[in-house]
Amino acid sequence: MTQPGTQAATQATTQADTREAASAANVKEPVKIAIRRLNFFYGDKQVLFDNTLDIAENRVTAFIGPSGCGKSTHIRCYNRMFELYKGHRAEGEILLDGVNILDPRQIPALELRHKVGMIFQKPTPFPMSIFDNIAYGLKLHANLNRADTEARVEKALRGAALWDEVKDKLHQPGTALSGGQQQRLCIARALAIEPEVLLMDEPCSALDPIATSKIEELIDELKQRFTIVIVTHNMQQAARVSDYTAYFYLGKLIEFGETEQLFTQPTKQETEDYITGRFG
Amino acid sequence: MLVNRLVLGVSTLAAALGLAMLVWILGDVAIKGAASLNRDFFTELPAPPGMEGGGLANAIVGTLIMTGVAAAIAVPFGVFAGTWLSEFGRESRLGEMVRYFSDILVSAPSIVVGVFVYIVMVKTMGHFSGWAGAVSLAIIMLPVVSRTTEEMLKLVPHELREAALALGAPYWKVMLQVIYRAAVSGMITGIMLSVARVAGETAPLLFTALNSPYWADGLNEPMGNLTVTLFNYAMSPYDDWHAKAWGAAFLITMTVLAVTITTRLVLRKRRSAP
Repeated sequence: MTQPGTQAATQATTQADTREAASAANVKEPVKIAIRRLNFFYGDKQVLFDNTLDIAENRVTAFIGPSGCGKSTHIRCYNRMFELYKGHRAEGEILLDGVNILDPRQIPALELRHKVGMIFQKPTPFPMSIFDNIAYGLKLHANLNRADTEARVEKALRGAALWDEVKDKLHQPGTALSGGQQQRLCIARALAIEPEVLLMDEPCSALDPIATSKIEELIDELKQRFTIVIVTHNMQQAARVSDYTAYFYLGKLIEFGETEQLFTQPTKQETEDYITGRFG
Repeated sequence: MLVNRLVLGVSTLAAALGLAMLVWILGDVAIKGAASLNRDFFTELPAPPGMEGGGLANAIVGTLIMTGVAAAIAVPFGVFAGTWLSEFGRESRLGEMVRYFSDILVSAPSIVVGVFVYIVMVKTMGHFSGWAGAVSLAIIMLPVVSRTTEEMLKLVPHELREAALALGAPYWKVMLQVIYRAAVSGMITGIMLSVARVAGETAPLLFTALNSPYWADGLNEPMGNLTVTLFNYAMSPYDDWHAKAWGAAFLITMTVLAVTITTRLVLRKRRSAP
């Protein structure tokens, strides 16, 4: 579907941007998502400024920064969730395996969201049974028979470490589960359609410490199969779960690097001020 | 202290008075109405003026049919309108206008709706009809259904829409399979309450369906109904008709009450259930 012209243009800008980005943000592993000069606008108000970084494949990348710094806005570009709202607009490029996902002609939103799943701050179980919550996403993307559906539902629930807790009550409403279980149900629902990337927008901020540690363990397992980007308010959480960390402030990417390095020897004064709690 | 007690006393008295009135009306209707209900009331056609006996079978059926047709017209329109208001017209100028006018329509006197349909349908068709009656009831139902649908859909958290969209679902599937499901009990309550409301309407039918002492041969002719019959019978000089009017009043009151109470019970049960 891509026109030869646009493809050539994309490649040209990609090369130019790669040179530029080399100093800004690079990773050791293969790049799953390459973000190039991402600018974002709410109407006339610009909230993201020239964000450029790479997301490593099968690694966890954490976005930290004070409230309102644009980290959630940033990841909501990866699945074009902003399209839902009038006046929200992104400029620049986000290359998922080389395809510019900001361009609807290169990839339709529904197909993109099949590849890029998302977990939200508040658990959002659908008003249906645990089983149907998972089967819902499956039915959207594949025509499966009963047995296959059951197998995929079980696999997804196991993948989200929820199977043992719910296997005897699959037909009870998903809303009857505890908060932490609901969040794992949402993770299972996202896993079921087998995305390549998993976006997590403060997935633990509504959960208690025990539920949080379960989700964190889960994240560690999931990165074997998925590329994970997690937005978090909690710096300890970022340090615990992620391989790479990006620090955002006022819509700008201040620093990006390996988590250990960023937390122990930040190169920028602003980053150090934030992680040592002097500000934010 | 004295003022406190005085105000408390007066408030209690006012509350008791209000409740007493309701009990009085319901009690009166129940005692006098229940007495005139028998098998004939439900199965026989009205007796000619001055004669004893007969029933209001045609009026009961007429009311059921017109209310049903009105719901069949108003519910789809109302649900679509409410969906648009909640999902697409939230902050738009047109949305504000639609909302404003439907609020006016909710509070419009029902007799005005009756006269309007009289001019638009009865005058142009040349005769009273069940259709005209059903349409006037539908007009009264429409804003109630659309506003409750809108309110119920707005109660569904926005995150739920985003969560479903994030799975790669198109918006229409999100609405049909997730959002309506989350809002369905509230939407049904709105519909049932609007049905209960129009089931007791007299004025809009007086100008549209009129009334008839016979079985209707379809919706294209005047149609018997309980409320106009109640009105006519209550104004008549015959004791037997007075008794029948009480019976009709009892039947309408109980039906409306039953619908309202059942809906509320169902709703409460759903809400408290996990």
